[in-house]
Amino acid sequence: MQEHKRQDIHQIGPSEDLKLEIVRRGSGPPLLLIPGEEALEAEAAFLDELAKSYEVFISSPPGFGRSTRPDWITGPDDIAYMMLDVVDEFGLNNVPVIGFSFGGWIAAEMASKDDGFISKLVLVDPYGIKTGKPTERDIQDVWLLSPDEVMALKWYDTAKGKRDFKVMPEDKLTIVARNTESFTRFGWEPYLHNPKLKHRLHRIKAPTLLIWGENDGIITPKYGEAYRKLIPNAQLAVIPQAGHSPHIEQPQAFLAELRKFLG
Amino acid sequence: MRAWHFTEMPYPNIPPFDELKNTRVTIPSRLFDPKIGADLYNRYLDEHCIADELGLDIMLNEHHASASCLDSCVPLPAAILARQTTKARILILGNPVANRGEPVRIAEEMAMIDCISRGRLDVGFVRGVPTEINPANSNPTLTNDRLWEGIDLAMRAWTTHDGPFNYEGRFWHKRAVNIWPRPYQQPHPPVWITGSTDRENVRKVAQHGFTFATFLQPYENTRSLFDEYRKHYVDAGVPHQGGTAFLPLVFTADSDTEAEQGAQELLWYIRSNKTEPQFKNPPGYASIALNVQALQGKFAGRTEAVRQQGLDYMMEQGILIAGTPDKVTARIRKFYDQVGGFDHLLMMQQAGHLDHQRTVRSMTLFAKEVYPRIMDLPPAVASRTPEPALAE
Repeated sequence: MQEHKRQDIHQIGPSEDLKLEIVRRGSGPPLLLIPGEEALEAEAAFLDELAKSYEVFISSPPGFGRSTRPDWITGPDDIAYMMLDVVDEFGLNNVPVIGFSFGGWIAAEMASKDDGFISKLVLVDPYGIKTGKPTERDIQDVWLLSPDEVMALKWYDTAKGKRDFKVMPEDKLTIVARNTESFTRFGWEPYLHNPKLKHRLHRIKAPTLLIWGENDGIITPKYGEAYRKLIPNAQLAVIPQAGHSPHIEQPQAFLAELRKFLG
Repeated sequence: MRAWHFTEMPYPNIPPFDELKNTRVTIPSRLFDPKIGADLYNRYLDEHCIADELGLDIMLNEHHASASCLDSCVPLPAAILARQTTKARILILGNPVANRGEPVRIAEEMAMIDCISRGRLDVGFVRGVPTEINPANSNPTLTNDRLWEGIDLAMRAWTTHDGPFNYEGRFWHKRAVNIWPRPYQQPHPPVWITGSTDRENVRKVAQHGFTFATFLQPYENTRSLFDEYRKHYVDAGVPHQGGTAFLPLVFTADSDTEAEQGAQELLWYIRSNKTEPQFKNPPGYASIALNVQALQGKFAGRTEAVRQQGLDYMMEQGILIAGTPDKVTARIRKFYDQVGGFDHLLMMQQAGHLDHQRTVRSMTLFAKEVYPRIMDLPPAVASRTPEPALAE
């Protein structure tokens, strides 16, 4: 596991109250990675592989990891602008961007505002849109269902999703609790989507790959297909025997799709 | 010491708890029979009128999607009772301004009821318990902030009398607030706030000079909350406002046997609070520190620890006060000492299947034989010296 260093915390933009944790891993051309709400990516096996070919910039959204969370930030629409500031801060240009779940939503928001710096965009089971009727649950309600029901929908193999919090040190638990709080802050209403995003996605011109777990019960591949249709130059890859986190459940198949797309 | 009669207006005619996943939030309304509901509403309102005749004050509250509480719009019974009672103060504890929003509308409703009752209204504002989050679709990470901004806006609406003012805050944007009527009581009705664990909240309540209330807490916790309040209390100069209030279950009976029977029935309220984990502790509702404990398996929501306990524990802790008039008097006076004194006894004297006749008998025994013997307990706000004004 990577040690967290003081130099991983960066003030982003003019507000002194906004400081983001940006951890750099590996070597090679830069790649921007926006983790999901549970921030499972930093310690996942696939990342070690990725770090062999890229310098991965893992950029924690406000309220996640050790990033601050000023009150004026209300959701991914705001956060997308901060990520664009991160891109400016590090002079990133012609870089691949990968976002997972909630981070995928942020990546989609960001690319819809400016994708000039993005060589290729990868969205892994992203939230962010609603295409169904008011009474349809496009996204299963993770805050209405019981924790066991959520686990069953989220994971093909729930054993892979279990985390032993009882042995986790308190500073890590604090981050877990805060990630949950921030995910709720930003995703509660409208529920895990921005009604405007689907009307902005056509602006994304970068080649885009949507990677989806075939067994994602929270947002199904059908939702992924609706997402694909809204982005002009997008394709959808569905990974079998995987739920909402195909990169955790099937890292090899995930990396194969990623390499095929990124080249 | 003032004593207030309270029932949450339960609908107890539901299947056994072990057949239900939840008695709140997801319990389907097909289990509500409107004919039974009509009888219950009228009966509970009758009991409030009887409380008025007995010289007790009246407390009302509001919950949603719950068999424990049919009162889903608390200004309605308050308005009815403003007309049907003559002496009692009517306490709404409270208006769920964080979840409901509409602070200006709430200010208008309260001002109307205050006028109709000729100044007998006490106005509580509450953050709302965890099970209120989903029915209201209220962001659980923001309810504290929404509560305080909502109170600020509502109180400005009550106390501004020179035409429209604007309010462009974090949650509410109003550019021409100018309510008619204004409240009957001046400068405004007494304000109450509830709390149970959050110390910073208690300090804020005290510094505003509002009345602080806590429900169904073990006495040691109640004492530390009240001490915190008294340490920080600032007299805001509002009549009837300021001080501490405690809500236990109360049953007064002619004999010990009847008292125990009544006590067991009141416990329905605590036993019936059956919900799944996601409703006991919605994400971001409790502090990060408490949620770290939750991850470690040491915290399951604020009411769960009490819910698991039996009658003896409840009696020992003062959460439930039951007995003959002598015993109830003695227990209240002891509780008063245990918590360093308090000012308002909010009594849940009806819950579950406890029927009208026995509820009224208990209320009557309390009013006639207990109340006169606790009424003289002195106000328990330690200091009335104003501290420097709050920095906003």
